[in-house]
Amino acid sequence: MIDLLDFWRDSVPQLLDGLEVTLRITGVALALGIPLGLALALGVQSPTSSIRYPSLAIVEIGRGAPALILLQFAYFGLPSAGLSLSSFAAASMALAWTTGAYTSEIIRAGLQAVPRGQREAAVAVGMTHIDGLRFVIVPQAMRIAAPALLGFAVLMLQASSLCFAIALPELLSQAYIIGTNTFRYMPILCLAGALYAAICIPASLAVASIERELSRHTA
Amino acid sequence: MTLDAVLLIASGIPLTLAVTAGAFALGAVLGIPLCALRVSRSSTLHLAAVAIIMLLRSIPPIVWLFLLYFGIGSGFLRVGPVEASVAALGLITAANMAEIYRGALRGVHSGQWEASTALGMKPWARFRDVLAPQICRMALPSSVTFFIGLLKDSAIASTIGVGEIAFQANYISRRTFEGLEVFAVAGLVYILISLPIAAMSRQLDSRLRERVAQ
Repeated sequence: MIDLLDFWRDSVPQLLDGLEVTLRITGVALALGIPLGLALALGVQSPTSSIRYPSLAIVEIGRGAPALILLQFAYFGLPSAGLSLSSFAAASMALAWTTGAYTSEIIRAGLQAVPRGQREAAVAVGMTHIDGLRFVIVPQAMRIAAPALLGFAVLMLQASSLCFAIALPELLSQAYIIGTNTFRYMPILCLAGALYAAICIPASLAVASIERELSRHTA
Repeated sequence: MTLDAVLLIASGIPLTLAVTAGAFALGAVLGIPLCALRVSRSSTLHLAAVAIIMLLRSIPPIVWLFLLYFGIGSGFLRVGPVEASVAALGLITAANMAEIYRGALRGVHSGQWEASTALGMKPWARFRDVLAPQICRMALPSSVTFFIGLLKDSAIASTIGVGEIAFQANYISRRTFEGLEVFAVAGLVYILISLPIAAMSRQLDSRLRERVAQ
């Protein structure tokens, strides 16, 4: 028992290094992916088919192909097209793509939930289409989409564990390295799992309570 | 990229489907008692179920997979890669199916309970003839959505050497250094498999909808 606690204490710094990478890659994926999602959500509604079809393709591929395949495509595939990325850059790109594809659907639902009258009013006061989106429609849509986007952020934190496959030194990779060196897979993977749970459980509870709070004042 | 490479990727399809179907079947069955605990009136059982579901869903699938394959498999019990993949994904499926069943259970009108009780039906008959068919119908769309998600999640089995689509793609890309086409084809294969499943589900759903009065 003491032995186990010692083992855990010794491995905590390395796991925390991994956790930092996990949080960083999740943050980057969301920071790049959510604006992309907004652009794609507007893109798939565009009346111009040269914007609509490429947007649809990006969304459908990002949602239809496994995130693991996208990660490997970016890391192992792009070098053969002459673009070599570090594992962090490849992971950012692939996870931003996944994030963009999934959040575009969330944001699209948010855009559709903004009452028609808002759009008409924006036109009636003489706003251009862009100004109407920027000052009237998008801010309201993002507010509606916020709880679902937060829920997705928690899922993204979990999905970042897939970066193990492209040798990004995140939480799971660090746990696996310790496991390979010591052959004590069970205790180290339990500790890594506990770290994921320690972040994701409070985060999902918080998201659920925000959702309840926001839905209380709507008709 | 040669035709052989495409065929090799396609040769992973049966294992992808087997892992997905196995995990889904396991989860669909385990989800029933978990849902029963979740809606139990006893607060101890209810809290236990909530804790189990939350724990299963908050730890990433690949961590569950490693826990079962390397953790349990390295000392306590011999676990094959396919069994570990089915078990790990099955556990997560159980938590998600329990929530799907619960949503469906809520959707069954309370009059159905009351009417079947008023008719003097025994609890088992009430469940089998009145509730279960309605729950199945209501749970169908979200179950299929989850199934398609699971199909994509099954790609993680490649990390422990299950020879499914992602594994074959990885193998070819390491050998030929043509990662770009190889992973593009692999991604396309996943999309092509999920399209007919989604179409079938929509058709089945609309046919079931016709048969019941809303």
